[in-house]
Amino acid sequence: MSYLYSKKTLVILGFVILLVMPFVLAPFNLNLLGRFLAYAILALGIGVLWGYAGILSLGHGIFFGFGAYAMAMYLTLQSGGIPDFMGWNGITELPWFWAIFSNPIVAIVLAIAVPMLFAGILGYFTFRNRITGVYFTILTQALVIVVTTLIISQQQYTGGTNGITGFDTIFGYSLNSVTTQQMIYWTTVIFLGLVFLICYKLVNSRFGKVLIAIRDGENRTRFLGYNTSVYQVIVYSFSAGVAGLAGMLFVLQVGIITPSMMGIVPSIEMVLWVAIGGRGTLIGPVIGALITNGASTWFSQTYPDAWLFFIGLVFVLVVVFMPKGIMGIIATIQARRRAKKYGKDRKEETKLYNSSSI
Amino acid sequence: MEKIEKKKRSSTTVLQSEKLIVQFGGLKAINEFSFQLSDRELHFIIGPNGAGKTTFLDVLCGKTKPSSGNVLFKQTIELGKLYEYQIVRKGVGRKFQAPSIFPSLSVMSNLEIAMKQQKGFWHTLRAKLSEKDKDRIHEMLLLIGLEQESNRTAGTLAHGQKQWLEIAMVLMQEPELVLLDEPIAGMTEEEEEKTGELLKTIAKDRAVIVVEHDMDFVRKFADKVTVMHEGTWLCDGSMEEVQQNERVLEVYLGRR
Repeated sequence: MSYLYSKKTLVILGFVILLVMPFVLAPFNLNLLGRFLAYAILALGIGVLWGYAGILSLGHGIFFGFGAYAMAMYLTLQSGGIPDFMGWNGITELPWFWAIFSNPIVAIVLAIAVPMLFAGILGYFTFRNRITGVYFTILTQALVIVVTTLIISQQQYTGGTNGITGFDTIFGYSLNSVTTQQMIYWTTVIFLGLVFLICYKLVNSRFGKVLIAIRDGENRTRFLGYNTSVYQVIVYSFSAGVAGLAGMLFVLQVGIITPSMMGIVPSIEMVLWVAIGGRGTLIGPVIGALITNGASTWFSQTYPDAWLFFIGLVFVLVVVFMPKGIMGIIATIQARRRAKKYGKDRKEETKLYNSSSI
Repeated sequence: MEKIEKKKRSSTTVLQSEKLIVQFGGLKAINEFSFQLSDRELHFIIGPNGAGKTTFLDVLCGKTKPSSGNVLFKQTIELGKLYEYQIVRKGVGRKFQAPSIFPSLSVMSNLEIAMKQQKGFWHTLRAKLSEKDKDRIHEMLLLIGLEQESNRTAGTLAHGQKQWLEIAMVLMQEPELVLLDEPIAGMTEEEEEKTGELLKTIAKDRAVIVVEHDMDFVRKFADKVTVMHEGTWLCDGSMEEVQQNERVLEVYLGRR
C-alpha cells in the first residue's frame, strides 16, 4: 500500500511542478508544453476508452478537431465581420451554424456536447448491434476520412485545407500576450488535473470494474445481467467529450486548426501515445503524450527527414518489446526490486490485486 | 408427511419447453424438444456430441433464439423474446464450459460486480460495498472455499478454483434457475467431488440444469436425467432407469 501511496504523491508532485512551470520556462517552451498537456488530456480519454473498456478508436481526431474548430470559429468571430476565406468564396452573409459560435458559452458547450452526442449516436448503433473490436476500429477510421474530406470540400464554410487561423483576441484579451498565454496554460493544467480526477474516480468505481469486465469478457458480463452496450456507449461518449475539450485548449495555444491536424495520421498517433505510456493506467497516457510529443518536437527539429521513420520504429519496438508501455516497464522494475528485498515472497505479493488503479 | 411436502415442492414447474426448434441453416440443432423442470431439482442433461445440449442452454440464456416454439420460465416468462441481460435479471444464471471469469480483477471484485443489484451505469458509478454486501461475498467465498483468496487476481487462480469462482458469480445473482455447462471438465477427482457437493448445496434452494459427459459424476449426483439425441428428447428418469432404456443403449452407449 505504501507503494500506492507514493504513486499518488508522485501524481500530486507532478501536478505542482506543472503549475509552477510558467515561472521557469521561456514563453516559447511554455507554449509547447501547454500543447502537449492538451494532448495529454485527450490521451486520458483514449486511455480510459482503450485501456479500461478495451475499445480501440482510431477516429478521435474528429472529436478533437470539432472542439478545436468550435473554439477557432469563436476566436475568428471575435475580430468581427465574416472570415476572410468566406469573402474570397463570395459569401457575404455569415451562415447560421457560424453565427451561433459568436457566443463563447455556446461555443464551449457545443465543443464538448457535440462530440459526446455524435459519439453517443454512433456508439448506440454500433455497440447495440454488437459491432466491436476491429470492425469498430475500422469504422472509426473510415469516419475520419469522411469528416476530413467533408471539411476540405466545403472550403467556403470551413477554410478548406488551410483551416482556420489568424486569431487576435480571446474574451477581449490579446491572445498573443505572455500573460494571456500563461492564463491559458494554467487553465490547461487545471483541466488536466480535473479530467485526471474524473477518470480516476471513474475507473476505480464499480462502473470502472464493469468496464474492465467488458474488456476481458463481454459475454460473461452480459450474462451477469449488464447491458454492456450502454456502458460502451457511455465511455465512448465520455472520451469524445474529453477530446473536444482538449481540442479547444489546443487551438488556443497553437493558433491554427487544419484538417491535417485531425486526420488519419494524428488519430493514429493519439493512440500511440497511450500505447507508449501504458494501457490500463491513467499516468501512462499522460506520460506517453508528453514524452512522445517532446521527443517528436526535438527530433523533427534536429533530424526532420528521419522523424517519421523514427516514430514508426518506436511504435514497432513498443508493440513487440513493451506491450504495457513505459508504465509496464516501471512495474516490472519495481517487482524485481521487491523480489530482491523479500526473496520468494514476491510471488505472493505480485499475485495480489492493486485495489486502486492510477 | 415428508413425502407430501416433497410432492408439493416438485409440483411447481420452473421451466417448460414445448416443441422447441432451433435451426442453423438446414441443420436442426434442436428438433421439437419438450422439457420440464421442477423447482429444487438437480437435473442432468446427457447425450452424445451434437445432441443439442449446449444449444438448449444457449436458448435458455438468450444466446440463441428459437426458430419456433418457446420456453416458459416460471410459467409466464417467455425466454425466447428477451435479451441476455434481461433473462439474467429475471433469475436465470449460466456458467459456461470454459471458465470465464475476469482475470485482471480480484476474486472479490469478480463477485462484487456479479452480485444481484441494479446493473445500470448510474447505480454502478456511485455504488459502494456495504457491510451487508461484504458479508454476502464472504459467505459465497466460504461456500466455494476461496475465503483465503479474496484479494488475489482472479487470473492467477487454479483451473478448478476458477470454475468455482464462476459458479459463485452465477450464484451471487440469486438466480432461481442455474445452468451449468460441463462444470467438472478438466478437474481432478478431488475437485470433482467438491463440485458435486457444491451442486447439491446449490440445488437445495433452486433448480439446476447440468450438461455433463462424465457418467460417473452424473450417477453420483443427479436427481433426474434427461437424455437428448439428435436434438430431441429420448427419455428421462433416474440414472438407473435411463441406463436400462433400450433406445439409450442403442443410440447413446453404442450397444445393440
